[in-house]
Amino acid sequence: MKINRTIEEINGKIKAGKAVVFTAEEIIAVVREKGVEEAARTVDVVTTGTFGPMCSSGAFLNVGHSKPRIKLNEVTLNGVEAYSGIAAVDLYIGATALPKNDPANRNYPGDFSYGGGHVIEDLVAGKEVHLEAKAYGTDCYPRKKYETLFRLDEINEATLYNPRNAYQNYNVAVNLGQKTIYTYMGILKPNLGNANYSSAGQLSPLFNDPLLKTIGIGTRIFLGGGIGYVAWHGTQHNPSVERLENGNPKYPAATLALIGDLKQMQPRWLRGLSYLGYGATLQVGLGVPIPILSEEIMGYCAVSDADLQAPIVDYCGAYPNRESDNLGHVSYAELRSGTITVQGKQLPTASLSSYAGAREIAATLKAWIGKGSFSLTAPSAGLPSVEAGIKFKPMPDRDPEGQEG
Amino acid sequence: MIKQKIVLRFPPHVVEQPVIYHLIKDYNLMVNILRADINPRKEGRLMMELSGEDADYRRAVQWLKKQELKIINLEQQISWSEERCTHCGACTVICPTGALNFERPGMTVRFEEDKCIICELCLRACPARAMEALAENANGR
Repeated sequence: MKINRTIEEINGKIKAGKAVVFTAEEIIAVVREKGVEEAARTVDVVTTGTFGPMCSSGAFLNVGHSKPRIKLNEVTLNGVEAYSGIAAVDLYIGATALPKNDPANRNYPGDFSYGGGHVIEDLVAGKEVHLEAKAYGTDCYPRKKYETLFRLDEINEATLYNPRNAYQNYNVAVNLGQKTIYTYMGILKPNLGNANYSSAGQLSPLFNDPLLKTIGIGTRIFLGGGIGYVAWHGTQHNPSVERLENGNPKYPAATLALIGDLKQMQPRWLRGLSYLGYGATLQVGLGVPIPILSEEIMGYCAVSDADLQAPIVDYCGAYPNRESDNLGHVSYAELRSGTITVQGKQLPTASLSSYAGAREIAATLKAWIGKGSFSLTAPSAGLPSVEAGIKFKPMPDRDPEGQEG
Repeated sequence: MIKQKIVLRFPPHVVEQPVIYHLIKDYNLMVNILRADINPRKEGRLMMELSGEDADYRRAVQWLKKQELKIINLEQQISWSEERCTHCGACTVICPTGALNFERPGMTVRFEEDKCIICELCLRACPARAMEALAENANGR
């Protein structure tokens, strides 16, 4: 029998407190025991989660108008540079922004102990943030300097807007070189000393909807401990990569742009991070509910770590030089076991994305749906998937002085 | 029998004393040196594991204190903030002794203090900065 369920039906059950919800981890055993058809008949929603470093994150702030007014130009928040190239008192604080005088990698490997991600965490934690601003002064915005302290609840708007989150699959980073390297994938010891990966695997949102059949623009999600929405497909969205038979990509593929009101989020799920020798960033907690509209969707949600493959990439040579060769694939089950084999050598693995965090997010979202405080939304438009034929482009390389391209 | 990891801090005027010799010869202790250094101010730091009879160990500690050496129990040197830890696991492949490791299948990070040798590699390897070196003299005994 074909299962056909609508979002409206699911929401009706959520409202009545009768929705059957499992996390993407729990559902694996359910499907194994009952089969896809029976599971699809009984289960309404599967919740996913991920809690990893996501550099393409940040927040738009409107800090209100001073008296007399100022058109903010050079702005720092706790010393960290914010982008002010929009309206007078609108700002964007990016996760990887650094203090103006940060020594960065001059003292290699640099500490990057405080950056934009930490400013966002401090704001969400309700701490006072120090704003310093300069301006050139205009007839309508005469002030040239301003300095104040403010807290999140004292400003007009604070909107988390992350251009790229929730990567569908990611590289496993190793180091084939002779010395330790410091990367956005963590510290990589020489001669294949360790392997770092960054995905929640079977719990990860886009591994449970590999072809984007349910997730679209306007999908309501767990974001940073509060409510958020899918705004768009993320930057570097690349659904066209080679896929496994189960629909899941063998390489980093789809991404999501996410949006939500920062004021209702929690510092627990938006954490400033310092990557030694690389920079500052933000660890973002997010979870997406997958409505079980059909057996097909149920089948996707039943995916387990053993069925998901990540490419192994050398971050000493291949990655920095943008060479496409990789060192083979490995399953997330092997990665999570703690040891993988690369070029005949056994190496210990570590994750940068917190599996425990992902599990907790999926469980939290499940609890929200279970008690009726979170309902599902039908997307107002789909996201480009495999059939869109997106081609992933490198940076153009033309000599501006040259006569011809 | 006692087995205890300690840190000895030497003020400049005793840094040249053969302390280990006395611990072995006069107090019959087994000494396993984990790390030793002298800073530019000529203050020395010695991390080691001592084992031997309880009475010998107690007498040795008294003697060390008389030499104006500061003794700090090793496990108190590094602290793990469970609240800051996001359980990513970046530290687990950096920690040389496995003191920081993953509890499977729960995939939560745990810190087993007795395995820590205060190499301090975790301090900067932790992206969430959940590992802290305690103020050096705060827990001196």
